Amino acid sequence: MSEIREKVDVCVVGAGHAGCEAALACARLGLETVIFTVSVDSIALMPCNPNVGGSSKGHLVRELDALGGEMGKNIDKTFIQSKMLNVSKGPAVHSLRAQADKAEYSRAMRKVLESQEHLTIKQAEVCELLWDNIKTEEQSEETSGSAEAKLNLSGSKESGIFEKRVTGVKTFTGAIYECKAVVLCTGTYLRARCLCGEAITYTGPNGLQAATHLTDSLKAMGIELRRFKTGTPARMDGRTIDYSKMEEQFGDERIVPFSFSTDPESIQKEQASCWLTYTNQATHDIIRANLDRSPIYAGIIEGTGPRYCPSIEDKVVKFSEKERHQVFLEPEGLHTHEMYVGGMSSSLPEDVQLAMYRTVPGLEHCKIVRNAYAIEYDCINAKQLYNTLEFKKIKGLFAGGQFNGSSGYEEAACQGLVAGINAAMEIQGREFLVMDRSESYIGVLIDDLVTKDNREPYRMMTSRAEYRLLLRQDNADRRLRGKGYKIGLITEEEYQDLLCKEALIEAEIARMKETKVGANQRIQEFLERHGSMALKTAASFAELICRPELSYAALEEIDEGRTEAYAAYRSMEQARSRYFTSDGRLSSEILDQVEIEIKYEGYIIRQKRQVEQYKKLEKKSIPADLNYDEVPSLRLEARQKLKEFRPVSLGQASRISGVSPADVSVLHIYLERKQRSESCQ
Amino acid sequence: MEMNFDTIAAIATALSDSGIGIVRISGEKAVEIADSLIRSKKGASFVKGMESHTIRYGFVVEDGNVSDDSLDGNGKEEGSAGAETEGSLAKGGNGKEGGNIVDEVMVSVFRAPKSYTKEDVVEINCHGGVLVTKKVLELVLRAGARLATPGEFTKRAFLNGRIDLAEAEAVMDLIHSKNELAMKASTTQLRGDLSAKLKSLREKILYEIAFIESALDDPEHISLEGYPERLKGTSDLLIKEIQGLLQTAENGKMIKEGISTVILGKPNAGKSSLLNMILGQERAIVTDIAGTTRDALEEYVNLRGIHLNVIDTAGIRDTQDVVERIGVERARKYAADADLILYVVDTSVALDENDKEILSLIGDKKTIFLLNKSDLEQKVSEKEILSLLDGLRPEIGSDPKDQISMISTSAAFGKGLEELETEIEKLFFHGEVMQNDQVMITNLRHKEALQNALTALLLVQQSLEDQMPEDFYSIDLMQAYASLGNILGEEVGDDLVEEIFSKFCMGK
Repeated sequence: MSEIREKVDVCVVGAGHAGCEAALACARLGLETVIFTVSVDSIALMPCNPNVGGSSKGHLVRELDALGGEMGKNIDKTFIQSKMLNVSKGPAVHSLRAQADKAEYSRAMRKVLESQEHLTIKQAEVCELLWDNIKTEEQSEETSGSAEAKLNLSGSKESGIFEKRVTGVKTFTGAIYECKAVVLCTGTYLRARCLCGEAITYTGPNGLQAATHLTDSLKAMGIELRRFKTGTPARMDGRTIDYSKMEEQFGDERIVPFSFSTDPESIQKEQASCWLTYTNQATHDIIRANLDRSPIYAGIIEGTGPRYCPSIEDKVVKFSEKERHQVFLEPEGLHTHEMYVGGMSSSLPEDVQLAMYRTVPGLEHCKIVRNAYAIEYDCINAKQLYNTLEFKKIKGLFAGGQFNGSSGYEEAACQGLVAGINAAMEIQGREFLVMDRSESYIGVLIDDLVTKDNREPYRMMTSRAEYRLLLRQDNADRRLRGKGYKIGLITEEEYQDLLCKEALIEAEIARMKETKVGANQRIQEFLERHGSMALKTAASFAELICRPELSYAALEEIDEGRTEAYAAYRSMEQARSRYFTSDGRLSSEILDQVEIEIKYEGYIIRQKRQVEQYKKLEKKSIPADLNYDEVPSLRLEARQKLKEFRPVSLGQASRISGVSPADVSVLHIYLERKQRSESCQ
Repeated sequence: MEMNFDTIAAIATALSDSGIGIVRISGEKAVEIADSLIRSKKGASFVKGMESHTIRYGFVVEDGNVSDDSLDGNGKEEGSAGAETEGSLAKGGNGKEGGNIVDEVMVSVFRAPKSYTKEDVVEINCHGGVLVTKKVLELVLRAGARLATPGEFTKRAFLNGRIDLAEAEAVMDLIHSKNELAMKASTTQLRGDLSAKLKSLREKILYEIAFIESALDDPEHISLEGYPERLKGTSDLLIKEIQGLLQTAENGKMIKEGISTVILGKPNAGKSSLLNMILGQERAIVTDIAGTTRDALEEYVNLRGIHLNVIDTAGIRDTQDVVERIGVERARKYAADADLILYVVDTSVALDENDKEILSLIGDKKTIFLLNKSDLEQKVSEKEILSLLDGLRPEIGSDPKDQISMISTSAAFGKGLEELETEIEKLFFHGEVMQNDQVMITNLRHKEALQNALTALLLVQQSLEDQMPEDFYSIDLMQAYASLGNILGEEVGDDLVEEIFSKFCMGK
């Protein structure tokens, strides 16, 4: 045998945002890891929009960072503009978004990968997964009919759910890498097809080589694949754009970093601008006149596209009453003239694209560097996965990113991290990382992916998180850093930061609740000046902060003990300088938490109560091998759905459409009976 | 067992003519809730002080300082503190002091874990009949209990280790079957016009949530400028409409209470005379229900305490007349949904094809044959009808004779009414037709859901008043949306995401 044969712990297939996080997590946890990519030059490529974060996606990045992921740190190194969205709205929906220098982002991530111990980068197309059948006693009698019937006959919990075990991967050149776990992060590359009007190429994004072979191997393993599509707008030559006809969009004056480990002072810098313009009737007329040449409307595209980033054709057709649509021009980087045309993705032919773009004010003389296109690719319905992101039927096979039917860099990165961590946890025999809907947006993301029948690429939205008041971007570290530390991806130093932060927040909140002011003249004058009602009796600072017209900052002038309290905090044993400003005050990182916790206490308590209710069912776990045919009194529809999704808890079962509360009750009792009769034996 | 459940309540007895109904409360707050509603003859509360497994005599009172943790200040000033102090009930009478007396009751307390559910259980034995029992349950709910879901007491008994393993299967069956019944009741008994109204309310709420959410998700495309004022207006309207619906539910007009009864027969068989006979004798029309079709008359009747919802249909015969044909089609539809069919046979005319047609409509429904015009010369006998039915047996499946009874009547002379009443009563109390307590519970369930929706909308207004940021509104709006959905048997699912994408143009 002349082919290459290597033995490693983990193989990660794909080096996009999911693959990078998965590979880094595994390597950092001490596992020998290989990351495969069709092109080393495309590591952490951003083939669509040149930004990271945004509404709810900003939350994801911060959570990822709190767990020990890389994306937040990487964007902090390479951003060229930063903005906190929704600042005028509630704290739960504040969301950070940064424009990236795409080339720098990719280069910086590659550098992180290259300098990571235990991690090998390999440019190769993985064509095949290697696997074993897991033998069980029942499976020896291979002759009988359907698997279903067999399960019934045996009725045994030993029939298990894992049917196979992954043992390695094989590349196009025949090299074999034996391993204990594989993480699939193939993004949009599987059997990818790009469409620009009538012109069709069989490539991945940006003309990169598609992965054409792996699909067959996955099918042979019993994995069901589906086809999704997405699209991207054109890139313009910036020198041909007339910015004087557009509105300039600046970054924030004070930049907030994504990563909890980044020192805010270190990233205050000159920022690039984006530009806003609008489509008009002329644009829409051209689109309408050429709809028959759009591959989507002509029926050439079979994949299901996302409704949340519709092509401009879709917008014009579905919202025909709108006279204009916003168009954002965003720089692709500092060392290129290329501009991304946000809001105008399209799969119309090249000539129509050019005509249509040129109707937009400021783009009259534009030259297109790269055409807009739509891309179709193979992915899975993630109901085949546990919420650990491991395949239910294949031990050691994990998946993350767009392969799971999601969309977006941030969604991908988060899944990659969770898949990577759990691959490591399995190999090391440690507890899996599973977050529920009340703990993180990542928990919501994964739960939605594995329990819902998603029919389009899944994008995160704040409205998907039921308990978003608790899942704020500002407290992601407080929610998750402890977990990251336990896993081993958060350093001791970072963990001590967290402990200090908690102590400071707690102390200052307590001070606000305990310090009371009387209804004296000075206070009444202060209140009057702020348009606030006079006090009848003494009130605590916390009570005053709850008033909409007052804030922690405003109370400064009547808060005589503040300076003294700050001094006491600074001399605390675990005090860390990063939480104090240069003049010795508590930093905004702490004060924001204090203010939010006090101001919205009523709502937060209400939401916490809901979470308690929710957790009750969530804690009731369902054995993976439960035979639903043995559960009496389930409705037929519920039985089918439960068999299909195999939920891990009663809570998850209750979220599957077609499973009623009564079915959950029935299941609850069945599990209880089973448990009791087993403990009796 | 670490499970701690909230406090639930329901009517534990099947509705019967005995007149006694038991309201059962289970959970941590059971004793507290009963204590807040029940007074001694002297007007003092005493339930908290009762020993386990004892029973005492008392009165359920209304407005007796009922704990109310909903936000609105409603009733706080009226619900005086007087109840806890003395002031004899007799003297207080209907005054505000001790509250109005709703019923004379016997109350028993079973403290955890020595109770059916292994939780604190209080049982209130009501004596004032069906309506009063229902009223007591409502007060219990208002005081902080939640209406139990079908089979929930038994479920708790099992989960808390009270019922042994062998019975688990029976428990699952019970939950399953009771729930199916409740689901059916909830949707089929809701009056058509109300169901449309609820749907439209829900649509309005969902639109607002979707608007807020899309603006939060895509702040650069969708602005919330001036939105709070708009939402104030919309929520005012929504609140008014839901208050209206609550009033409707209060009057018992929310659902079609009663056994859905359809009168079938050939033209001139005496259907309308029969209806008039029932109505005329009883003079117990509660209401005529709006929205019924012109060709079928719907009346609400009370026969010996049993609610009937009687629909008189157009006579059935093979006809070429278009209008009449429509009427016949409608009759067919009503028959399909009926709980009970009254088939009026004109015994002075021979059976024909049309009777066969009617018999096929009946299917396996409970049917009472009224052999009308018994005073005239008889051309049809019971035997003939039975043999006609026998011929249909293969199509019907079950033996149709199990489902029928025959009464000889003469509407003209008012003969046979008493027999009819007895027959209906028999069917009803033996549980052979749709149970009426299910209907009553449905109405309560609807009320509870409406109340929850109302509370949620009031919280939205509170947030508006407090100038909370926009995203706080959608939390409570969602609650209102979900509550109204309970009435229609509709889940929330992915409605919001669908609405956002279909109504608002999202960016990128």
